[in-house]
Amino acid sequence: MPTKIEKDALTGTDTTGHEWDGLKELNTPLPKWWLYLLYVTIAFSAVWVVLYPAFPFKGWTGVTGWVAREAVVQDVAAANARMAPMMNRIREATPQQIAADPELRSFAMAGGRIAFANNCAGCHGAGGQGAVGGFPSLADDDWIWGGTHDAIRATIQHGIRAGESDEERVSVMPRFVADGVLTLAQASDAAEFVLSLSGRATDQAAVERGKPLFAENCVSCHGENGEGNRDVGAPRLNDRVWLHASDRASIARYIANPRLGVMPAWGGRLDPATVNMLTVYVHALGGGEN
Amino acid sequence: MNDVTARGKLKSAGPVAAADQPLYANRQKVYPKAVSGPVRRAKWAVLVACLALYYLAPLIRWDRGPNQPDQAILVDIGNGRLYFFWFEIWPQEVYYLTGLLVLGAIALFAATSLFGRVWCGFACPQTVWTDLFMWVERLIQGDRNERMKLDKAPWTAAKWRKKIVTHAAWLGIAAATGGAWIMYFNDAPTMTVALFTGQASLEVYFFFGLFTATTYVLAGWAREQVCTYMCPWPRFQAAMLDENSLVVSYRAWRGEPRGKLKGEGHGDCVDCMACVNVCPTGIDIRDGQQLECIGCGLCIDACDDIMAKLDRPKGLIAFETLKNIAASETATRSMPPCAARTATGMGVRHVPRFIRARTILYAAVLSSVMAVMLGTWMLRQEVTLAVLRDRAPLFVSLADGGIRNAYTLKIANKARDGGELTLVLESPARLQMTVQEAQETGPNRFRVTTRGDGITQWRVLATLPPGERTRESTPVTFRLLDARGRTVVRTDSVFLGPHGEGHR
Repeated sequence: MPTKIEKDALTGTDTTGHEWDGLKELNTPLPKWWLYLLYVTIAFSAVWVVLYPAFPFKGWTGVTGWVAREAVVQDVAAANARMAPMMNRIREATPQQIAADPELRSFAMAGGRIAFANNCAGCHGAGGQGAVGGFPSLADDDWIWGGTHDAIRATIQHGIRAGESDEERVSVMPRFVADGVLTLAQASDAAEFVLSLSGRATDQAAVERGKPLFAENCVSCHGENGEGNRDVGAPRLNDRVWLHASDRASIARYIANPRLGVMPAWGGRLDPATVNMLTVYVHALGGGEN
Repeated sequence: MNDVTARGKLKSAGPVAAADQPLYANRQKVYPKAVSGPVRRAKWAVLVACLALYYLAPLIRWDRGPNQPDQAILVDIGNGRLYFFWFEIWPQEVYYLTGLLVLGAIALFAATSLFGRVWCGFACPQTVWTDLFMWVERLIQGDRNERMKLDKAPWTAAKWRKKIVTHAAWLGIAAATGGAWIMYFNDAPTMTVALFTGQASLEVYFFFGLFTATTYVLAGWAREQVCTYMCPWPRFQAAMLDENSLVVSYRAWRGEPRGKLKGEGHGDCVDCMACVNVCPTGIDIRDGQQLECIGCGLCIDACDDIMAKLDRPKGLIAFETLKNIAASETATRSMPPCAARTATGMGVRHVPRFIRARTILYAAVLSSVMAVMLGTWMLRQEVTLAVLRDRAPLFVSLADGGIRNAYTLKIANKARDGGELTLVLESPARLQMTVQEAQETGPNRFRVTTRGDGITQWRVLATLPPGERTRESTPVTFRLLDARGRTVVRTDSVFLGPHGEGHR
């Protein structure tokens, strides 16, 4: 409780009148310039409230009617207008033409890098390195659906098994064990034979048992030597690149009950120019074919 | 050194009084009186030269060929180029600017140890613009006495007029100063038109306003307070001085005891206050060396003028070394004030020693920094090669078991013209290089083009064939060769592979 305001003998300053166990508090006000600055900010905020949408009430837009979202829309529109001439050229050109023209290529690589980071990196990784478990690497030279400009563009445009486009990529690997075609032991033998295609088999007896199983069930899509078939999206099995884990048990599990990956169709989400830029960028990651 | 300020505001009344003393002192306005003489003439000359350089330098044209700025001195922030007559540097070479600043600092130290605060007194922008503002003030409001009278007078129409005209003139000069600053960063003729027609960007008007305001406030209002309170240099410049430095000094051995012209036993100082009245910082040089003294030497002109009128030798205040002051003082200690005392005191002086350990050291540092800068400029490469290894993924395993690394190469060509170079990859591992969109001219050799005054970017793939063993990290070197096969530039990087004793 404020008691008595008195002048402190030592400092010559008034006390606040508060006292705790004999300790008195000096009243040392803020510097004047500080105080006036506070008043200025209060006056400023009053003006601000009138001019701008300062309250989170629907419909309160302030006198100026300024809206943050509109400012963003304007900025984006301005940026798009600035890029429009290049984007028009990118849209009209084929990916091959873009890659051959240094100016278009450098624009497409820059734009493609950003579009890739925004849309593709979530599954395929920041540098297109992919991830074990069904997210293919785009930087290597092993393609499921083809690595030419046209093939990459078609995959991006229509997607894989997403049910979003009539021209989408569809391939179906049967569920050999789950549907009762093979037993689990047979799947394991077939897996060992698959490993032998890239020279990594260790159980020769299993390879011998798996060979007829492979010829009967797998060759139609994956080819006699496991060379794969891009027309039907059947991956190569005789190389060192694996979409899923590469040990015998994992391969057997996949034969038994495959998990089929899905890629959205980006044609409906991104404009044609962005799809072209992405095509050029992915092609240049390292695996591009001519 | 005497550290009591001449303004005498700081009372030293014992420790109790010192505790009561406020830490804040109101400014006492200084009314420097006009003065003429050799030092003043030198200051005018430096002022005109500095201002002419500042205002006119951006107007100098310099032909650099088509599509290149034709301004001799230009800092092109947008395009990241700094032009200075023959020189053109890129942002990554900003250390040349740092080098210039280092040179400037050491030159400042050297000049201070030789001649005291000549920089402060003659060439510092604060001094130059304050001098100019004082000259304007004097033209409009009259000299010291008239200005003091005007400030004390009631606010009549005439006073309003004089004050308004003064501040308008100051603002005009300040605006020209802020305007000239902008010209160093933009094409001067174009920007001048844009500035006046409202076409310039908001940033331009901001910096124009900023430098106009600082010039007006610092040269019109703050003045000597900048030197005394804001500037760090006066606080430590004394470390550069020694007893051989020529500093503005009052020859107390000759002037004291000061007193009226008439009367016995007085030295040469007649206490006319001429030296105090002309001082731009309002101090008394007779109190000795002090922080507030900017070493402008105007008190020398003022005192010499009085001495000439009194038919006494000039130089009661002069650029003098502390060593000579001490020598004269010792020689004349027992002598009464008379012409003979002056002659004796002057007779024992020595020629100032300019070459001494301190100045030799400054000269050595100065010349070595210059040598380093010259050397780096001579060895400056017009073409540079930056190699950025892809870090995601670190390496790519290929279908056949090979390993591939990807690099982005940036070739910066600082010359006017572009050209063709050959890119070569060298490594202890048997790597195969592919350069996207470049023409192969041989094994691991590709033809790349460079753009004049620009950067070209190339994506490079290096592949280790299957069966080749490699360590986790193998050094690689990218080399750019000219048409005659000479190395233009080389840059090292690494080729990374999987862990363990090589890949399968």
